[in-house]
Amino acid sequence: MTADIAKVSPEVPDGVRAALGLAPSGPHYFFYRHKGWVRIAHWINALCLAILLMSGLNIFNAHPALYWGDVSNFDHPSLSLTAMQDEFGAVTEGVTIIGKHQFDTTGVLGASKIDGQLSPRGFPSWATLPGPSWLAMARQWHFAFAWLLVFNAVLFFVYGLWSRHFVRDLMPTRGDIAHLPREIADHARLHFHHGEDAKRYNALQKLTYCLVIFVLGPLMVLTGLSMSPTMDSAFPILPWLFGGRQSARTIHFICAFSFFGFFLVHIAMVVLSGSWNNLRSMITGWYVIRGRRRDHD
Amino acid sequence: MIDRRKFFGRALAGASTTMLAGCYYLSEKPWFTGMLGKVEDLTRAAQHLFAGPQTLAREFSKADISPVFRANGTLDPGTPEYQAHAANGFRDWRVSVSGLVDHPLSLSMDRIRALPQRTQITRHDCVEGWSCIGEWSGPQLSLVLAAASPQPKARYVMFYCADPMTAENDPSHYYYESLGLSEAMHPQTILAHRLNGAALDIPHGAPVRLRAERQLGYKQPKYLQRIVLTDTLDGVGGGKGGYWEDLGYTWYGGI
Repeated sequence: MTADIAKVSPEVPDGVRAALGLAPSGPHYFFYRHKGWVRIAHWINALCLAILLMSGLNIFNAHPALYWGDVSNFDHPSLSLTAMQDEFGAVTEGVTIIGKHQFDTTGVLGASKIDGQLSPRGFPSWATLPGPSWLAMARQWHFAFAWLLVFNAVLFFVYGLWSRHFVRDLMPTRGDIAHLPREIADHARLHFHHGEDAKRYNALQKLTYCLVIFVLGPLMVLTGLSMSPTMDSAFPILPWLFGGRQSARTIHFICAFSFFGFFLVHIAMVVLSGSWNNLRSMITGWYVIRGRRRDHD
Repeated sequence: MIDRRKFFGRALAGASTTMLAGCYYLSEKPWFTGMLGKVEDLTRAAQHLFAGPQTLAREFSKADISPVFRANGTLDPGTPEYQAHAANGFRDWRVSVSGLVDHPLSLSMDRIRALPQRTQITRHDCVEGWSCIGEWSGPQLSLVLAAASPQPKARYVMFYCADPMTAENDPSHYYYESLGLSEAMHPQTILAHRLNGAALDIPHGAPVRLRAERQLGYKQPKYLQRIVLTDTLDGVGGGKGGYWEDLGYTWYGGI
């Protein structure tokens, strides 16, 4: 069907075609880019991370401040989201405090509208799961999907090692490192591979995915476990590694927003380098490669 | 280009709104929350596997003690009975041990202070997310329970407190909590009557409270009056084993 559309509109440039999910006007073929288990793991991850981030923000709202060290130095948080009130107790302003700096974040951080009324609230209800302040329920969601994420990750690691997916597809090669400056320049100019090179992850993709899978993910899980007093009794090294329980909580928070940052860039790259082609390949596995199929592939 | 951006913006907003509404809907469905509750059992089993009954919470040095130890929850029970006890320096306060035991006890504060004491400088972790370090002293609960001789079918230790949780002082809504027998027998589970070298003050649970150092704060009830050993959590309060548990918090408080 895509081929038919290509025939009736030959004047549509390939960049637009790629973005709209149309097959390119020139020669092209379908390439099976993502295996089934990678696709399943990807979508389970996406679901888990969305739920973990939003339920995590609800949990954070129970005490919207971060500290460094073992304990909470309530007078000097590293970060806090607070509400200013007038002499009658009405909320006038939401304030974000980072170290010694204060920012007016009324309406989003510190104070946001609940039923039309500006109320004290760390993150606004549209960003948290569940929407209302509900620590007990948010914790249940958070731990349930943390387990799912970890199960998924364990299977992904075992299969990734066993099938050589990590070594073959994710580990940057010397060639990748050598190409890195050009890759960065290409990305900055929004110039992406669509031909034979699109069959493999490029150097920037490999580095980013490795960072997320092998650094950010484990750091997230370990800092999360460090917040459990029972786990700390079993593994006293856990909070120590991160400089104390409150530091671990702070690092957990930083990791969460690093994941969110990764998500934003990831979505931007997916859209800019051909939304439907990318999306199709992560759902069905099949990706359109421009050019003629080479026999040795 | 603008239209595409608008389209994706709307799609994202729509997806997130739908997801949020869906999650809220699920949060109120018993079949779903029941499933989430099963996760608590998995967490507890996994943590027991790693921690076992005896691993100790880290003990800190005096230099680590928080200058201000935040008091949370009830700050003063405020009932006439409690005020009378406070006015009297808690001289008539008693902690009873009953239920599935062979030798029920009723301990005065003098008796509690006369038992062998354990002093521990530990980190208190609130379910809200903050932590404070304090020095607690008191007899190990395991000593008291051993003196009462638990019967073989005892599985839970219920703790009943003097602080009412509703304005009406309805006796069925006083704070209560429970631990499994093994956590109650843990070496760092103590009946604390001193904090940072002074008699426990009213905001922190005077005259005596529970410390269970591998658990979150809500599992460590203040203003402790009665300890009852049972074989079930049913039939008390909402049947979930604690005041906060009846409101949806997990019974297992190690995470």
